[in-house]
Amino acid sequence: MTSPIAGGVDCDLHPAVPHLTSLLPYLNDYWRDQVTTRGMTDLVSQSYPSNSPITARPDWRPPQGKPGSSLEDMKKQALDPFKVSYAICNPLYGVQMVFSEDTADAFCRALNDWLAKEWLDRDERLRGSIVIPTQSVEKSVAEIERSACDKRFVQVLMLVMGDMPLGKRVYWPIYAAAERHGLAIGIHAGSNYHNPPTSVGWGSYHIEDYVAQATAFQTQLTSLIVEGVFARHPALKMVMLESGFTWLPPFLWRLHKFWRGIRMETPWVDRAPLEIVRSNIRFSLQPVDAPGDPETLNRLFDHMQSDELLLFSTDYPHWQFEGDNALPEGLSPGLVRKIMIDNPHATYGRLKQSVIKEAS
Amino acid sequence: MNIQVRDRPKEAASVQAKTGAKTAIADCDIHPARATKTELYPYLAKRWHAHLETYDKRPYHGMMEGPPYPKAQPNASRRDAYPPEGGPQGSSLSFMQKQHLDPNNVVLGVLNPLATGQGIRNHDLAAAICSAVNDWQIEKWTAKDSRLKASIVVANEDGPAAAAEIRKRAGDKNFVQVLLLSRNVEPLGQRRYWPIYQAAEEAGLPVGIHAFGFGGNPITASGWPSFYIEEMVGHSQCQQTVLASLVLEGVFERHPTLKMIMIEAGFGWAPSLAWRLDKTFERLHSEVPHLKRKPSEYISDHIWWTTQPMEDPERRDHLFELIDWIGWDKLLFATDYPHWDYDEPSRVLPPGVSDANRDAFYLGNARKLYGIS
Repeated sequence: MTSPIAGGVDCDLHPAVPHLTSLLPYLNDYWRDQVTTRGMTDLVSQSYPSNSPITARPDWRPPQGKPGSSLEDMKKQALDPFKVSYAICNPLYGVQMVFSEDTADAFCRALNDWLAKEWLDRDERLRGSIVIPTQSVEKSVAEIERSACDKRFVQVLMLVMGDMPLGKRVYWPIYAAAERHGLAIGIHAGSNYHNPPTSVGWGSYHIEDYVAQATAFQTQLTSLIVEGVFARHPALKMVMLESGFTWLPPFLWRLHKFWRGIRMETPWVDRAPLEIVRSNIRFSLQPVDAPGDPETLNRLFDHMQSDELLLFSTDYPHWQFEGDNALPEGLSPGLVRKIMIDNPHATYGRLKQSVIKEAS
Repeated sequence: MNIQVRDRPKEAASVQAKTGAKTAIADCDIHPARATKTELYPYLAKRWHAHLETYDKRPYHGMMEGPPYPKAQPNASRRDAYPPEGGPQGSSLSFMQKQHLDPNNVVLGVLNPLATGQGIRNHDLAAAICSAVNDWQIEKWTAKDSRLKASIVVANEDGPAAAAEIRKRAGDKNFVQVLLLSRNVEPLGQRRYWPIYQAAEEAGLPVGIHAFGFGGNPITASGWPSFYIEEMVGHSQCQQTVLASLVLEGVFERHPTLKMIMIEAGFGWAPSLAWRLDKTFERLHSEVPHLKRKPSEYISDHIWWTTQPMEDPERRDHLFELIDWIGWDKLLFATDYPHWDYDEPSRVLPPGVSDANRDAFYLGNARKLYGIS
């Protein structure tokens, strides 16, 4: 195996909200009453059913409760063994799935406050992502403005499958707000299920949904690039989280070919898609969708033609690798350092900043 | 690709001059068109003439005429492919022979008609048009040029009607495959489509799945994007999902001799998809106990790929590595004539390919798969 080095950044961990009722202390009277009076159920997304094998490694699954709901377990199973300096928490609680933007907004605010209080306050290695009610751009921007005062939040978190393609101009105020505050935009696997979870309709199986996540990332990258997000925000970093990355080279070959043929349709795209990806897009390491042999993997890295694209992640507590093998076999020491330390720090500007909360 | 440029380089001609006489090739994706709107009427019952004139086709999208995303060129076709006698590109056999089949030495051309009954909401009309298109392919094309072979187009959303059409054509040597499009009301592994695979397997015909089509689903899992380029690139994501659906629903477990061809959707994504399927299957196989083998094994045993639009890496060794992962015996050369993103036969493969692989790529694989000597 390739050994992790100390002082790295784990860019994708998933602390679990034990139950919707765990957010009650962070909701105002009206929303507390809505949750209890209406008997609202726990917001668990079909993207990650609690008992699905992929949702937790067998040896990381607690005897009871949701995987990822205990900070002590996270320390023991991920933060300590991989010797990380920082770990970025990306809550996947199903707050974006509700259809009312008011409800989504209330739940997102509660979730962000819950993360700060119950996780970030309790281990200084932890950093957070601001979950936003994407269906309302106005409310999303307001939530970014509110939560960004806490410098421990290092990115804004969106789901890869939502109401509209993420390059659409209507979302641009979100990207402007992120850029203004030095936040990356993280796009994580998962759907709000407001559209069918694949581009050809509803499949039958959980495994189908999970496999299709990679294609959703592909269509989002196309959208972000051709709509011109990075012509407007050349310094903005976007991170594809739990996306897989072995699909990237052939995807770019295809996109590049069509862009050359029909770039007259999107004349504001001022650089080749390949270049845009190299400067603005990053990918979390796990899952590594490749055979285990170092030979094939190194050929894939060569196809990517850059050692700056990958950011170390364990995807804790999801089941992506066994034991301590978070890094695939055959990585050179130089690449390990890039993936674990240099690339995350170049992506998340806020990791360098002091964490004293500004008076707001 | 064939796009509008101001100063057209003369390079193509000189490349051909150097290689001398053209070697014989197969073209596994040719799009024949109708010269007039009523060209199918002789093959359609009278009631449908009036129906079409009153209500038209009503596909699973909102436009009465033309595609929802305007193409980059009229009919998405080459500007130099209009036949001299009039009509849209691809509508004249004699001009197709003169512009494409003869000069490129195409000895096997597979016709994939796209404007058929597929993707139409009225399933009776869909079946009638498909059957008419099948008759028309014989009469206008294959009967007049033995290099050309037809595809059985079927009413994709009506399994029993589609199976009946396949059985009606089974054994007719004019047809070499059943043709579906990638985008349908549901992913193609779903059981509403199973009668199609049953009938195709019985007839000993491969099923070609061509990119495109309409089934009412947005072309991303996040709704409708803005641009034609997103639709074009997105077809490869649709195709990946379709292939995953076919594998995971157990279509190849049920039909062990069925062969399928992924047409005009790229092939670069194949290794990554197979690896992802295998890795996820390791975790979640208990959900799909009907699968007896790893997903990648079904793919390598049952799937072929047409080449156009050929992936175009900056470095040629990357292309060769990619093809090594898929297999030189699985690729079927295609130009997509007369469409604008046509791949020119003499320019597609960079130098450095063995003669055996080159022959397989351009002709041998197609002959073997379609059973044509």
